[in-house]
Amino acid sequence: MDKRTNIIELKHITKTYEDGFSAVTDFNLEVKQGEFITFLGPSGCGKTTTLRMIAGFDIPTEGEILLNGEPITSLPPNKRPINTVFQRYALFPHMNIFDNIAFGLKQRKMPKRLIEKKVKKALELVDLEGFENRKTDTLSGGQQQRVAIARAVVNEPQILLLDEPLGALDLKMRKEMQLELKEMHRELGITFIYVTHDQEEALTMSDKIVVMSEGKMQQIGTPEDIYNEPINAFVADFIGDSNIFNGIMTGKLKARFCGGEFVCVDDVEEGTHITAVVRPEDVLLTSPDRGIIRGIVTSVIFKGMHYEIIVESGKNEIVAQSVNSASVGERVGVVVEPDNIHIMIAEDHTNIFKAEINKNYELEYNGRILNARITDIIKGSRMDEDGTLLDVNGLEIDRQKIRVMASIQPQDIRMTDEIEEGLVQGYISNLIYKGDHYSYVIHTDLEQDFVVDDEYLWNMEDQVGLLMPEEKMNFTVKR
Amino acid sequence: MKKMKFSRKILGIPYAAFLLLFVAAPLFVLIYYAFTNGQGQFTTANLTGFFSDPNTLGTLLYSFGIAVVTTGVCLLLAYPTAYILATSRLKAKSVLVMLFIIPMWINFSLRITALKEILTWLEGNLAYHPFLNTVIGMSYDFLPFMILPIYTTISRLDGALLEAARDLGADEAQAFLKVTLPLSLPGIISGVSMVFLPAMTNYVVLDMLYNSTYIMGSLIGSYFAAYNWHGGSMIALILLAIICLFTLFTSGMEEENTRGGTLL
Repeated sequence: MDKRTNIIELKHITKTYEDGFSAVTDFNLEVKQGEFITFLGPSGCGKTTTLRMIAGFDIPTEGEILLNGEPITSLPPNKRPINTVFQRYALFPHMNIFDNIAFGLKQRKMPKRLIEKKVKKALELVDLEGFENRKTDTLSGGQQQRVAIARAVVNEPQILLLDEPLGALDLKMRKEMQLELKEMHRELGITFIYVTHDQEEALTMSDKIVVMSEGKMQQIGTPEDIYNEPINAFVADFIGDSNIFNGIMTGKLKARFCGGEFVCVDDVEEGTHITAVVRPEDVLLTSPDRGIIRGIVTSVIFKGMHYEIIVESGKNEIVAQSVNSASVGERVGVVVEPDNIHIMIAEDHTNIFKAEINKNYELEYNGRILNARITDIIKGSRMDEDGTLLDVNGLEIDRQKIRVMASIQPQDIRMTDEIEEGLVQGYISNLIYKGDHYSYVIHTDLEQDFVVDDEYLWNMEDQVGLLMPEEKMNFTVKR
Repeated sequence: MKKMKFSRKILGIPYAAFLLLFVAAPLFVLIYYAFTNGQGQFTTANLTGFFSDPNTLGTLLYSFGIAVVTTGVCLLLAYPTAYILATSRLKAKSVLVMLFIIPMWINFSLRITALKEILTWLEGNLAYHPFLNTVIGMSYDFLPFMILPIYTTISRLDGALLEAARDLGADEAQAFLKVTLPLSLPGIISGVSMVFLPAMTNYVVLDMLYNSTYIMGSLIGSYFAAYNWHGGSMIALILLAIICLFTLFTSGMEEENTRGGTLL
């Protein structure tokens, strides 16, 4: 048990804007003294808003923020012992480096001699000795970033907030700064709260990661926890490369997904819908007769340390990493060791399937064209007269580079005996009585399981067509 | 075969010709008249005459005073207006900005005539307050030229800078004084030069408000009306020198604040 005291606590924080949009919903967090904690998530997940509420630039609509046990929820930023390193540095262009760094100290009416000493020390910390009289615009991006850090830490804040501070730097510089920031954290011993959308950055630097999505905390844990034991499909997908499959428990320590039955180590009740996550480095390729499932190699890319091999099995795609190459078109078997399969109980039974984009940029599933238009799904996109898809900035979107995922709730799918009328066909492989309705699992011809709720009793092994009204579908785009 | 060379320099010829004809030549004529007498002989009498005549010197000081006061009044009115316009979150902001610009589209003499009626109604006889009336007239006329550049610089100000100042311990007033005000200086400078220079020379406002005061513009006009081209040219030249000095001074200040732009 960690004996350190909580420096900051966020209790049931909700931030709703005037237009009704909730950036953060019921967010709870405790940060220990001296921790390096990272808020990680895609843009728009609420991580920056949370940081701004800690800094005092935004006031939560609900909930409380405690600093050392004292409420600071609506304290203005200048009254908080917290300093921020801004995304675009926000150095004062009308001041030289010395005055930029001394700004906070002068504000506290510190004696001149002491200010000079502290600024000098701060510049040493960020390796910019002798830069006092330079103007901000004569500095490179990396140097400006260092000044921004010095300007914040010189005030000896209890918490240092960093809002994607390395986002504007090039890759090499970013790697260097990551290590330096980590070193600085150790040296200063103050609490760092870091915001980034870069999972690698988060894994490298943090003591603890908070994964966020749509204003909610998805998972909190050490980098190892988050990587090895993702709590749901979102986290698994966001952290590192993952193969994620919908499946079902078929027996004790047995799960069926991806068209095969795998032995696993997670003891989940039979009949439970699950999400199975397998890291590409844990996918082992073998000869077809020894694999749990079989497939054909469709792509091999050399990545320096390993090959990335994509295997197609039925309608499923499995990404494998291997030090041994394979050839495209080769038939292979796929094996995964039981303890490398991470089973998560599917938090809801939303059916998610991948819609194909054909060359006319129409959406297709199971060979049928859907009415939904891709231009409605990708915000701001449009088709030009040559039939090219353009994004909001007028740049071409390659249909090979995007994935459109459709989701539909179990109660919105109907089963029909008129098999060919359904969008997809399959047989009932499982049914559970849920009190007021039956929950069915339909194993489709495309090797995917759909969950369907229906109040009437159908028989196991019945062949059915699934009617999925398009107005009930939700489309999301992944790039 | 020799290739036809179309140098970029050729494109500059019309411009150079224009400059020569309409800028350099008149300036030369002005200088010539300023330093000659009626017989065409070189003389500095016009120059010494200007500085030894209490009337002309008084007019210069008076013009200067009007320009300074007008610029000051405009700045005092324009800065808060521009600041409120630029920082308010009103959706109708652009409409409000237009409200300040639209009067500029209405004929200048019409506006001044309207102002004259109002001032006459308030004061009775305009001749009682010549200085005040001139300042009111000019401030009314030049105010948008002060508001616009200041508005532009303030609205272009990076909001993160203010947040940074707040973050580093400044309250709202201190953040304004230490960040917003210095960073809106380029807008202030260009506003000041756009109001001060016309205010020095404009005499139409004055003429139309029917009062008896002379300012520099009307002084030059009176010399030429009396066919004293040499004296008039010298006064024009002196005014030109003053304006040059002022421009050099303000552009020097602007260089120190290279960031921040102006609209006009």
